Amino acid sequence: MDEQQIYARLTEIFSDVFDDDIQVNPELSAKDVDGWDSLSHIRLILTIERAFKIKFSTSEIGKLENVGQLVALIKARA
Amino acid sequence: MNSLYSELQWLPRAQEGFSEKLKGIDSATEPLGNLLQALALPALDINQLTKLAKALNRLRSGPKSLSPLVPFKLAILSNSTVEMIVPALVASALRYGIALEVIQPSYDQVAQEALTPDSKVNISKPDAVLFALDYRALPLKLSLGDPDAASGTVQGTIGYLQALSNGIKTNSNALCIFQSFAPPVEALFGSLDRTLPGTLRNLVENINRELGDYVLASGDVLLDIAGLAETVGLADWHNPQLWNMAKFAFSDELIPLYADHVARTIASIRGKSRKVLILDLDNTVWGGVIGDDGLEGIKVAQGDAQGEAHLAVQRMALDLRQRGIVLAVSSKNTDEVARQPFEKHPEMLLKLDHIAVFQANWNDKATNIQAIANELSLGLDSMVFLDDNPVERGLVRQLLPQVAVPELPEDPAFYARTLAAGGYFEAVAFAAEDLKRAGFYQDNARRVTLQKQAGGVDAYLASLDMAIQFQPFDVTGRARIVQLINKSNQYNLTTRRYTDPEAAQAEVDPEVFTLQVRLTDVFGDNGMISVVICRPGEPEVWEIDTWLMSCRVLGRKVEHMVLREILEHARAAGIKKLLGVYKPTDRNKLVIDHYAKLGFTKTAEEESGLTRWELIVEGATPDVAPMRVVSSGFGTVKETTLV
Repeated sequence: MDEQQIYARLTEIFSDVFDDDIQVNPELSAKDVDGWDSLSHIRLILTIERAFKIKFSTSEIGKLENVGQLVALIKARA
Repeated sequence: MNSLYSELQWLPRAQEGFSEKLKGIDSATEPLGNLLQALALPALDINQLTKLAKALNRLRSGPKSLSPLVPFKLAILSNSTVEMIVPALVASALRYGIALEVIQPSYDQVAQEALTPDSKVNISKPDAVLFALDYRALPLKLSLGDPDAASGTVQGTIGYLQALSNGIKTNSNALCIFQSFAPPVEALFGSLDRTLPGTLRNLVENINRELGDYVLASGDVLLDIAGLAETVGLADWHNPQLWNMAKFAFSDELIPLYADHVARTIASIRGKSRKVLILDLDNTVWGGVIGDDGLEGIKVAQGDAQGEAHLAVQRMALDLRQRGIVLAVSSKNTDEVARQPFEKHPEMLLKLDHIAVFQANWNDKATNIQAIANELSLGLDSMVFLDDNPVERGLVRQLLPQVAVPELPEDPAFYARTLAAGGYFEAVAFAAEDLKRAGFYQDNARRVTLQKQAGGVDAYLASLDMAIQFQPFDVTGRARIVQLINKSNQYNLTTRRYTDPEAAQAEVDPEVFTLQVRLTDVFGDNGMISVVICRPGEPEVWEIDTWLMSCRVLGRKVEHMVLREILEHARAAGIKKLLGVYKPTDRNKLVIDHYAKLGFTKTAEEESGLTRWELIVEGATPDVAPMRVVSSGFGTVKETTLV
């Protein structure tokens, strides 16, 4: 799966999780999105895990700072 | 993970456009309560549940009434993170017609909230308090091989839980719902953990047993989470990563399942459990079609894998009846044919006097279920309808949305389990009267006259997106053609049997007109469902030698479409008149009016009951049904759409 496809799928997932149309880009992080708190972060990660059929480790989830890092992680796995 | 449970497979799948429908709800003219409940009926994932709960919370503060939803205020006391569970609870409660309000104090404040009179929970005067505790909330100390210490730990835990219950009762008089505890997966010794006093597993099991006894005596309610976790598998239930990261007591994938179990418990507390199980017969209560396969042909015996699957359905129905669930039958069959297995088949567990209302006729099932409800003086929301046929299920869901209609898997081996997983008959208590209830409604399988047909059947049929495909007999279809000719008894005008060579001969004889008919719909391919053979009679006349159809597609105007096709080819062949004959057998009463309904004129009636019919080709215009028509193999391919 290339980056473009990953971003397209993430855009769908973000709008599903945050119930809002969100333009997903590499620099996007929690502070930019209304309602992206620690709880919806978990829901986001779990939804992504299911959508891409992958599992992240606890430390990987802890280190994530923005969408760019998330995409790199997905790309390495999916 | 077992998808029956993790994906709530007894529920229909959510349709496309869930979010759009949810957004349009503010401007809807229908009662909001009904719309919200309808949105909650399919299986929803955690994001959909969250959105639905958000919509309810927004509408709750709005001007419009949420009727007919029933309000319920639930406080949750937990040692784990419930923020993601709460919206799932609210949305799942909608499935049961309940507008749930959740009171949720700060994390891990269980004892403080229960015991302090002016705590957030007690002040809010909830209808019930759910103690959503897992084993990590308990003061469990290992005391390996020390029965006294182990017993002390168990008693101490029960005492703690009792104190919580008493605190709530004194301070807000709410009903207490306790959860049994899912034992942890990790064993210390191995098998010995279960028997040795003082291991974690041993302690948790003893606590569950004592808690059960306490709850039964005190009038509180037990939500059997240990049972649920064991059903889905403890290793799937417990997720250490999620516990470490976010203090989730169990796997996120099981939140919709957990929420549905809490919701059905609340529904049961509010008296909204279902009371009647309505059974389809063919391929549900027994394997096969009684009208075609006969008493010897249906599969309902021990020692036959398919028969045992259907017997399991019967066993479950019978057990449900014993606990007070009323049984009824809705079957597309001739009444006396449908009753035969109950009266004569030695292996049938169900007998006619177990059935309160027995509706076997050729009317649509929505009309029949309405008649059953009227006869029993129970609401449609008391009914569960079990049917292997997705078209019947879809029709009933669309026309009578209050009736619960479990989805069923392909393999009947899983019918009983799927019905049980739906939890339609959840009860929080069991009283002696329940034992008598089924008998109270009983009047030995009576049959009730039907009211007028439930509206909207035609619109439903149109939504099935049917395509009918006509072909003359060919080599590929022959095996199935011969099978249908020799198996069909009910929708069969002449019951004339053909061998393979005879069918092959009809296939090549240019004088003989043959049709094999297939039907597809949104649920899939029904395969070959009708066969017609016309033979030349007098000049410019076709005699309809064979006309049969599978009863699975009854009530969809397939026969009208078949007649249209015959007429078209008759005209092309210069035929002026069609002759039909109805030859009665003890199985085919269903088609006694077949030709009358299609506009044929009766020309003769013999003593045997045999009737002869004719139709003038010129000017004959049979009804059309909304389906796509594909006609191929007749030299040209033609495709038309009829609406």
